[in-house]
Amino acid sequence: MSDLESFREQTRAWLEENCPQSMRWAPRKRGNPALADDLVWGGKKQTYPNADAKVWLERMAAKGWTAPTWPREYGGGGLDKAQAKILSQEMSAVRAKPPLIGFGLTMIGPLLVANGSEEQKLRFLPEICRGEIRWCQGYSEPGSGSDLASLQTRAVVDGDDYVLNGQKVWTSYADQSDWMFCLIRTDPDVPKHQGITFILLDMQSPGVSVQAIKLISGASPFCETFLDDVRVPRDQVVGAVNDGWTMAKALLGHERTMISDAFSESSERNQLVELARTYIGEDGDGKISDQVVRDKIAQLTMNKVCFDLTVGRTKEAAKIGQQPGPESSIFKYYATELNKDRHSMMVSVLGPQALGWEGEGFEQDELDVTRSWLRSRGNSIEGGTSEVQLNIIAKRVLGLPE
Amino acid sequence: MALILNEDQQLLKQMAGDFVKNESPTSRIRQIRESGDEVGFSRELWGRMAELGWQGILIPEQYGGLGMGYAEMACVLEECGRKLVPEPLLSAVLLGGNAVLLGGNEAQKSELLPKVADGSLLMTLAYQEKGSRYSTSQVKTAATSAAGGYAISGEKVLVIDGHVADKLVVSARTAGVVDDPDGVSVFMVDREAAGVEIVQQTTMHLRNSAIVRLHDVEVGRDALLGAEGAGVALLDDVIDRATVGLAAEMLGGSLEAFEMTLEYLKTRKQFGVLIGTFQALKHRAAEMFVELELGRSAVAGAAQALDSGADDARALVSVAKARVSDLAVLVGYEAIQMHGGIGMTDEHDIGFYLKRARGSELTFGDSAFHRARFATIQGY
Ligand SMILES: Cc1cc2nc3c(=O)[nH]c(=O)nc-3n(C[C@H](O)[C@H](O)[C@H](O)COP(=O)(O)OP(=O)(O)OC[C@H]3O[C@@H](n4cnc5c(N)ncnc54)[C@H](O)[C@@H]3O)c2cc1C
Repeated sequence: MSDLESFREQTRAWLEENCPQSMRWAPRKRGNPALADDLVWGGKKQTYPNADAKVWLERMAAKGWTAPTWPREYGGGGLDKAQAKILSQEMSAVRAKPPLIGFGLTMIGPLLVANGSEEQKLRFLPEICRGEIRWCQGYSEPGSGSDLASLQTRAVVDGDDYVLNGQKVWTSYADQSDWMFCLIRTDPDVPKHQGITFILLDMQSPGVSVQAIKLISGASPFCETFLDDVRVPRDQVVGAVNDGWTMAKALLGHERTMISDAFSESSERNQLVELARTYIGEDGDGKISDQVVRDKIAQLTMNKVCFDLTVGRTKEAAKIGQQPGPESSIFKYYATELNKDRHSMMVSVLGPQALGWEGEGFEQDELDVTRSWLRSRGNSIEGGTSEVQLNIIAKRVLGLPE
Repeated sequence: MALILNEDQQLLKQMAGDFVKNESPTSRIRQIRESGDEVGFSRELWGRMAELGWQGILIPEQYGGLGMGYAEMACVLEECGRKLVPEPLLSAVLLGGNAVLLGGNEAQKSELLPKVADGSLLMTLAYQEKGSRYSTSQVKTAATSAAGGYAISGEKVLVIDGHVADKLVVSARTAGVVDDPDGVSVFMVDREAAGVEIVQQTTMHLRNSAIVRLHDVEVGRDALLGAEGAGVALLDDVIDRATVGLAAEMLGGSLEAFEMTLEYLKTRKQFGVLIGTFQALKHRAAEMFVELELGRSAVAGAAQALDSGADDARALVSVAKARVSDLAVLVGYEAIQMHGGIGMTDEHDIGFYLKRARGSELTFGDSAFHRARFATIQGY
C-alpha cells in the first residue's frame, strides 16, 4: 500500500472514531460553511452550540487538522497538498462539519505563515489553530470603501508603541473578536498606497470601542469600531512599515478565494428543485408544473455547472503546476452574482411563504430562506464590489485604457 | 477530467489557428457570397485540411482516421469558427461521418469511414423538415417497403452542405405517426439516385444549406443505418456530437467578434478620448469576458464528457449549447452596438458574426430548448 493510501485509511478510521455524530451534516443537507451560524468560530467569547462541538474542535486541533497544511511547530498538521486533499475528501465522506472556521484560519493565518515574523508566528498561529482567538478585519472606513487606500485612521509613533486614532466600519464580528488585523495610515505625506501599515490590534486595548450595526437581514454581524488613542506595540506590525498595501493585496487573494470556494463547495444544487416540487408542484411526469420556474431553475443550475467547470480548469492547471489563468479573475464576481440569483429565486419559489420575519405561520426553514436571501445581497459588496471586480477585469485582463 | 488542453492539443490548436489565419481570412466568406459561387467552399483547401488530418480526427484508426476525440475536434473547430471557415467539416464529419460511425454496421463503416477520413466523401444529415424545429421525431418523410428495399418520399430543409454532399443521411418514417419517437429510420441516399432533387438555399448566416426533395427514391436494405424504427436515438446521438462541434465553432466566432470589439474600444476616439475609457463600455466588455470564460468551460466540459463516455454527457451538451447560444448572441449584439454606425454596415465584417451567431443559435436547439431538455434529463 502506498503512503498516501495508508494515510487515507488511517484518516478515515480516525475520523469515524473521533467525529461525534452531532458534528456531521444531516443527510441531504450540507450547509455553506461561510454562512452557517451553528459552527465554531473560536475566540474567548465562543459559546459552543453543544458539548460535542468543543470535543470535536479539541480532537482536531490536537492533530493539527484545523489548519492541516500549516507547519507543525505553529500548531498545524504539517500535511502536504496531497494529504490535505485526502483529509478533506475523507471529512466529506463522513459528512464531518468543519471543527473551526473564521478569519484566523482563512485570512490572517495564511498571511502570517507567509509574511509574519518568527515571533508573530509562534505567538499567534497556535492559538488560531486551537480556536482560542477570533479575528476581525478592520479595513473599511466611513469614507473609504472601494477606494480603500484613501483610509484615514492614523498611527503615530510614541516610544515602543504606535498610537492609533480613527474609525473603522463594517467590521464583521468585531464585537465577537479578540484581535483585529487592520490597515492604518502611518505616513500621510506620500502617495496614498505607500503610507499604509498592516497592524495587529488587541481588541481589549484601552480606547477600542465597538458598536453593532444591524443588517437588513435582521442580524448584526458587523460593527463600527472606534479607536481613541489606542496604544499598539510596534512589533505588531506585519511586513514592513508603510508596506501594508502589499500585505493587504496578498490577503485579499485569500479572501476572494475563500468567498468563491465557499460558494463552489456548497452542494445545494438541487435545493431549488426540491423547493419547487414542494411549493409549486409537479405534473404527472414529475416535471415542475410551472414552465417559467422550471426554465429559470434550469438556467441557474446550468450557470452553476459552468462555474464549477471553470473552477475545475483552474484546479487542473494548479495540479500540473501552472498559475491560474485569466479565468480566475471571474470567480469572485460570478460566484457572488450566482449566489444572489439563487437566493432570489428561492424567495420566488416560496411565494407568500417567504413573507415571514419571525413567529407563527412560517417554518424555520422558510424564515431562513428569507433571511439568507437578504444576507446574500451583501455578497457582491463585501470583499470588493462587483463593479470593482469588473473594473479589475477591464484593466488587468482586457487592458482597456484608464 | 481534462478541461484544459495538454501540450499536443495546444499544438494542434496553434497550428489550426495559423492555418485558418493564413488560408481563410473572413474576407473569403464575403467573396463567396459576392461571387455567387455554387460550391461555396474550396475543394483545394478541403484537400489540404485532409492532409492535416482534420477530417479524420474523430474517426478510429482502424477506419483510417486519427482516433482522437472531441477535445481535439473542438480545438480545430474553434479556430475555424473564428474566421467563419466554410469548408464542410461539421456536415461531412460530425453529422454524416458520425451517423455511419454510430449507426453503421461493420461493412458500412469499413466502406465509408476511410473516405470520410481522407476527405474524398462528403456526407451530411438531412433530418430537419419545415416546421419540425429541433425535433428528431417530427418526421413526415416516409419510407415504404419496395422491392429489395424502401422507397422514400418527402422534403428536408436546411440540410447543411446538402448542395455538395455525395451521400445524404435521411430520416424517414417506416412506422408510426408524426412525433412518435418510435418508427423513424435512418437511410443513406446517394445524391445521384433517381428522384433526388436538391435546391440550394440562401441563408442569413451564410451557412451553405439546401432543400432535399425525395420523390419515391428507391434504396436497398443496405442503405439502412441502425435498426429499422430505432432512428430517433441514433439521430439524437449524432446531433449531440455535432452540437458540441458547433458549440466550439460558436465559441471561436464569439472570441473573434469580442477581440475585434476590444480592439475598436482601444482605437476609436470620441469626446477627445478612447471610447474604451468609458466605464459603461468597460463593464459590458468585462461581462462579455466572464461569459466567454464560462462558455469555454462549458464547451470543454461537454467535449470531455463525450470523450470519456460520461453518463451526464447529454446534460453537458445541453449546458454547452445553451451557454454558447446566449454568449454568441450577446457578443454579436454588443459588438454591433459598440462599433456604432460602422457596425451596421454590410461593408464591415462584424455583422457576419452576429448573423452567424443567431444562425448557429437556431441550429440544433436554442438555449430555451436546451434548458428544457436539461431539466428533463435531470428529472424535473
Ligand atoms: C456583509 C459585509 C461584510 C463586510 N465585512 C467587512 C469587514 O469585515 N471588514 C471590513 O473592513 N469591511 C467589511 N465590509 C465592507 C466592504 O468591504 C465595503 O462595503 C466594500 O468595500 C464597499 O465599500 P462601501 O460600502 O464604502 O461602498 P462604496 O465604495 O461607497 O460603493 C458604493 C457603490 O459605488 C460603486 N463604486 C465605487 N467605486 C467604483 C468605481 N471605481 N467604479 C464603479 N463603481 C464604483 C460600488 O460598486 C457600489 O455599488 C463588509 C461589507 C459587507 C456588505
